[in-house]
Amino acid sequence: MDILRINDVRIGFTVHGLARDVVKGVSLRVPAGKTVALVGESGSGKSVISQAIMGLLPRNGGVTGGEILFRDPQTPGSSVDIAGLKPEGKEIRALRGGRIGMIFQEPMSSLSPVHTIGNQIEEALQLHRPTGKAEARALIEAMLKRVGFKDPARAYGLYSFELSGGLRQRAMLAMALICQPALLIADEPTTALDVTIQAQVLDLMRDLQAEMGMAILLITHDLGVVANMADEVVVIYHGEIMESGPVEDIFRRPRHPYLKALLKASPHFDMEDGERLVALREARPRPPAAARPPKPAETAAPLLSVSGLRKTYTTGSRKFFGKGTLSTVVAVDDVSFEIRRGECLGLVGESGCGKTTVSKIVMRAVTPDAGEIVFDDGRSRTDVLALKGEALREFRPRVQMIFQDPVSSLSPRMTVMSILREPLVIHGRGEGADQIGRVRALMEDVGLDARFLNRYPHSFSGGQRQRIGIARALALDPELIICDEPVSALDVSVQAQILNLLKDLQAERRLTFLFISHNLAVVNYMADRIAVMANGRIVEIAPRHTLFTQPAHPYTKALLKSVPFADLDRPLDFKLAAPGGASDQSHWGKAFRQERDGSALTQVALGDGHFVLANPGIDRREMV
Amino acid sequence: MLLQYILKRILVMIPTLLVTSALIFTVINLPEGDYFETLAAEMAAQGEKADLSRIEFLKKEYGFDKPPLERYVWWVAGLLKGDMGYSFEYQRPVNEIVGDRLLLTMVVSFFTIIFTWVVAFPIGIYSATHQYSWGDYGLTFLGLLGLAIPHFLLALVFMYTANVWFGTSIGGLVDPQYLNQPMSWDKVKSVLEHLWIPVIIIGAGGTAGMIRAVRANLLDELQKQYYVTARAKGLPPGKALRKYPLRMSLNFFISDIGDILPSIVSGAEIVAIVLSLQTTGPLLIRALQSQDMYLAGSFLMFLSFMTVIGVLISDIALAILDPRIRLQGAATK
Repeated sequence: MDILRINDVRIGFTVHGLARDVVKGVSLRVPAGKTVALVGESGSGKSVISQAIMGLLPRNGGVTGGEILFRDPQTPGSSVDIAGLKPEGKEIRALRGGRIGMIFQEPMSSLSPVHTIGNQIEEALQLHRPTGKAEARALIEAMLKRVGFKDPARAYGLYSFELSGGLRQRAMLAMALICQPALLIADEPTTALDVTIQAQVLDLMRDLQAEMGMAILLITHDLGVVANMADEVVVIYHGEIMESGPVEDIFRRPRHPYLKALLKASPHFDMEDGERLVALREARPRPPAAARPPKPAETAAPLLSVSGLRKTYTTGSRKFFGKGTLSTVVAVDDVSFEIRRGECLGLVGESGCGKTTVSKIVMRAVTPDAGEIVFDDGRSRTDVLALKGEALREFRPRVQMIFQDPVSSLSPRMTVMSILREPLVIHGRGEGADQIGRVRALMEDVGLDARFLNRYPHSFSGGQRQRIGIARALALDPELIICDEPVSALDVSVQAQILNLLKDLQAERRLTFLFISHNLAVVNYMADRIAVMANGRIVEIAPRHTLFTQPAHPYTKALLKSVPFADLDRPLDFKLAAPGGASDQSHWGKAFRQERDGSALTQVALGDGHFVLANPGIDRREMV
Repeated sequence: MLLQYILKRILVMIPTLLVTSALIFTVINLPEGDYFETLAAEMAAQGEKADLSRIEFLKKEYGFDKPPLERYVWWVAGLLKGDMGYSFEYQRPVNEIVGDRLLLTMVVSFFTIIFTWVVAFPIGIYSATHQYSWGDYGLTFLGLLGLAIPHFLLALVFMYTANVWFGTSIGGLVDPQYLNQPMSWDKVKSVLEHLWIPVIIIGAGGTAGMIRAVRANLLDELQKQYYVTARAKGLPPGKALRKYPLRMSLNFFISDIGDILPSIVSGAEIVAIVLSLQTTGPLLIRALQSQDMYLAGSFLMFLSFMTVIGVLISDIALAILDPRIRLQGAATK
């Protein structure tokens, strides 16, 4: 039996008086107790469909045709056409939260910060199933326990900002499922989470589904998640369904070219050396940059040597009198690495592991407590941390940064011309005409039309904006570029374009990259060597191939195990993937743990540039 | 935890008030001369022979022959004991003069604030939830009118129309026969009869500003994801609005209490003069003109004290209302 059946639904929006169809005749079904994945890029209309099912379309949008039939298993034989219900009427409100639950991408903003978790869950319960106070409390605590809160009685009184991202999403799940809905709509439920947490939350969703027998409509762009979760797949593109069917058919015999392209556009672990991603839409062709004059006196010395970096932050309340409860958090602890000229070093780790702090220290935006950074351009060695005043200003152009969020990293009040010209003006590179010529050349280099120079960032798409960010970083001919999650805010197809662009630029200009990402597949595609960070320390560093084939550190292993593959033959082992968070040291082997009294951990060499953070006396066999 | 926070805030108030008192004292002493010289000059100009020996005596009596620093210390010491000094012009202690008017001022201001909130909140909420509708435009226009018209002009228009059409005088806060009479039921009735006009006039501008603020704050909150979550739970729109976005937008108004308290006390000076209200505003202006330094200084000090107390109250209220401030108050440094 189908819980949900969408027949030829059209959804239109009115923007500035113009009506526009965003969803153009979509039909799909969600069978009882099954998971259906709705896959597409941003702007494909997948979220709009979920809003229509919940009756939560924005005021300027509406269902203009077709029907959305919801058949409640509790009242078999009758079905409701949600599209025909009044948007704020009693009937639809009874379905919402009662029979259809929903969770969202951003668990932080989806929960009210001024109400406790328990209060928000109880509200959902009381709305649909009025229950006595004590009984409600017991029900909610049981639910919180079920979704993985260790101390449900305490969790009831907590606020969302006191929880980690994974726990917030668990709280959302508890809220959506407290009334035991027949259908759960999950809109990119794990996109904002780290891989290991993602594996846990997905695992929880599967378990709950098996227990409660609900159907799940999973909206995502991650084919790895789809392969591991879905029974049926619906691929949507520009408001139209490209392909749909059982997951076996979709992954083994993709027919539609769009789906084939989508599968090819995402980086994965077993790519051949030198294999390129195939972008969904080929970007504007760009001429290869002119070969640069050879650098004088190339030496074997690494371009950047970092040793013994340490940075602590002090948090807690500072009382008016006395010392208060100050606690020190070690963000970066004894981090050492080298980047060779022309190489791309990947830096991988979960959120909060200190990878961004490292990049800020290298940029001289944050001052470390201890450590040394040496920048060696082949002619002279520079002690980066000792630079001051004018010397620091002269050093700045040599290290540039590409940021994660292409929207907030470009000033909305400056034209592209001023954005790209600003670094040239600040550092006095050339005169007016020279600078404009240089800016035009930069636009060509990153594959943008130089005619767009007078536009503002808001008139560009996310991918184009990231290209502007790249051009800005290139403007001063830096020797080292730090890429901080440069593609994590972009769609799969655009991501492929940007990654290819970065690769081309690196080859043409002999650039050196420090590439920071939480996405192992992306790092695998870009980096020559990879450093893995956990709890502020580099736990393993190895050439790309070695790291993926012979990971030694339990944290690296857990990370690798938690990445869902877009391949039905390699299902994610949910139970093995990081029980209780991969960076929790208590799950690591004794040889990798920092004992209170034991000797300090050191980087143990495993040969061939492969180092792992462990006890000096570690038994090699433990690592296999 | 909360108690410690409050204690800490009260301790911080002490240096703040000390600095303010020094500033007020300095500013009031900046102009040439003092009240007695102004008085002597005025009398001389009117051809009267000033009793110089008496003025000398008064100067000595009030310590005006002492260095300013010493006078400042005496003044602050008096304030600490609740003694606000002596008004030369009224020949009475400042406490008595201000005390009379303070009650009336507070009554007017209190009702003005209530009026502002009662009118502004529903309109602001309507405007935000019906953004870009005709209702929104119309109410916004009315509000802007209220903002654009100066208070005193509105007061004059009210007085004129009342006089011409109804033949009544609406000046004052109480019928003349009750002036300086002890409080009685009739006096209260008379005050209430007069009250609505200044309340509307003073409230008009504040209401318009408040409507804009409610609308803007609420519009921000309506975009937030947690509001969608609330509706996805099946909450009826009104209830969802009250529990989530409205509650969040309240923060702004609570942090505004710090500004409201002193304005309760000082009242709207110009409107008070036009309508000849017996509030504290006109008193302060007159005191500043005649360099009646204890009256002016002590009254200004009282206002700053109200501001500091207001900020304290709003901080405590925010800490109670918003767990983010209560639990994360000491942010990461």
